[in-house]
Amino acid sequence: MPPTPAAGVTLAPAAVPVSRRRRRKATRLYGPLDPRIYFSVTVAAFAVMLAAWWLAAALNVTSELFLPSPDQVWSRGVELGRDGTLESAAWESFRRITIGFLISTAFGVPIGILIGTYRIAEAAIEPPVGFIRYMPAVAFVPLSIVWFGVGENQKYVLIFIGTFFQQVLMVMDDVKRVPREYIDIGYTLGLKDPRILLRIIFPASAPAIWDTLRITLGWAWTWLVVAELVAAPNGLGHMILTAQRYFETDTIFLGILVIGLLGLAMDQTMKIIGRRLFRWAETQRG
Amino acid sequence: MTGPKFSVVGLRKVFGEDERAVVALDGASFELVENEFATLVGTSGCGKSTLLMIAAGLEEETEGQVLVNGTPIVGPGRDRGMVFQTYTLFPWLTVQNNVEFALRAEPMSKAERRRVASEHLALVGLDQFADSYPGQLSGGMRQRVAIARALSYRPEILLMDEPFGALDAQTRQLMQELLTRVWEQHRLTVLFVTHDIDEAVFLSDRVLVMTNRPGRIKLDVPIQLERPRRFQLISSIEFLEYKARLLASVREESLKTTDVAV
Repeated sequence: MPPTPAAGVTLAPAAVPVSRRRRRKATRLYGPLDPRIYFSVTVAAFAVMLAAWWLAAALNVTSELFLPSPDQVWSRGVELGRDGTLESAAWESFRRITIGFLISTAFGVPIGILIGTYRIAEAAIEPPVGFIRYMPAVAFVPLSIVWFGVGENQKYVLIFIGTFFQQVLMVMDDVKRVPREYIDIGYTLGLKDPRILLRIIFPASAPAIWDTLRITLGWAWTWLVVAELVAAPNGLGHMILTAQRYFETDTIFLGILVIGLLGLAMDQTMKIIGRRLFRWAETQRG
Repeated sequence: MTGPKFSVVGLRKVFGEDERAVVALDGASFELVENEFATLVGTSGCGKSTLLMIAAGLEEETEGQVLVNGTPIVGPGRDRGMVFQTYTLFPWLTVQNNVEFALRAEPMSKAERRRVASEHLALVGLDQFADSYPGQLSGGMRQRVAIARALSYRPEILLMDEPFGALDAQTRQLMQELLTRVWEQHRLTVLFVTHDIDEAVFLSDRVLVMTNRPGRIKLDVPIQLERPRRFQLISSIEFLEYKARLLASVREESLKTTDVAV
């Protein structure tokens, strides 16, 4: 039996070499990671994906028709980039998602704040919104065409249907999470409801609402592409659909990649703007 | 002086309805004179915080009245300042702007507002942190700013709901000393709520013990300890006597509701 230490005596831990301690940390649950290592791992992951794709294409696993090689896609990108096709398609898509998303946000944020703060508004709006939210937006495609034709409005409507109903409920939750004490302090300072809404509830929930916008913007991309795949004279979705008709798989790949990259760029832009706007929220978490 | 500064008359509060009804307060009454520092103590759930919330106008009474300078209160108002246990500084404003926020309703120029806010931050020793955000401050510092904010607009009475309850023991002690010092300079009617008897005796001119639910004032003890009060006071005989007496009274209430065999 090992000897038990006397009460109050702490046993000195055996010296652990620095390098070993560090290695244990990174592999522990929720362990920290050096940002440089983080970055390297991310780059490596992309490299592996690219290599796997390239290898599969080079080994002719399947016909070139189904799986173009990365360099084929790249040269198609350069070609379509030169003649302006890619630029105009990306621009059309970007324009549509921006307008559609802004319309949705213009309604989603105020209504979300309203139902997050007034129970009666919640009773009137939350259950129907919750109901509609579960109807897949894709199912509205035929109806949206019947009602709005195949013009631009139909695209905005589809993005709206896919985005708005999610936004409203998420913004409602963001607003509900504002600590009640902030509002109580507002009342004891003699503020009336509209001021409390404007000066306390809005700034308190703004960072969370911004995050909600970031997340829903990602979803809006899906509905944009759905709208363009169904009926559009231009845009990235249209480019992909046309390419399918002519078996230009490389163009399909290109379109998908560009959509991904555009989405990533918009998301990162919003993330950076959010950090600038809400510095206080960073210190709050840290 | 004419009448009391602050009075609570026959306050009754019932939560819920019918069989589920809980009577939190029943017939709670007391009066505070101007510049008196009074503390409500009692077991947890005795209704002391409910009483304070009603006094602040943030909770509605079932029966009874709260009066400030003889006028019954209607809802919350700037005549009653509030300091909560939780951190209530607005995290999106700097410390300076948090205090200035409270002064927006005052007929003051911008420069004057700035000056008054700075003065009150200096009073709690945080003038150097004027440009910091609350997220960068410790819990004790945040509560000091909250006190500065509540004092800045000169309410008739300051209501404090366990403001040091979330702090560690050492910080708590320092905060009590700071509050005593500020109060001794500033002089203001204060109604403080705590379950910590040491805190109550150290800070107050008067300690009111509440009965367990339904809450009522059971014991009213004037604390005749000299001011200014220094921390050495807590080991003096007089202090300990007050403490023993109050502890016994609160303990009696706890025993009514716990099954702990003693």
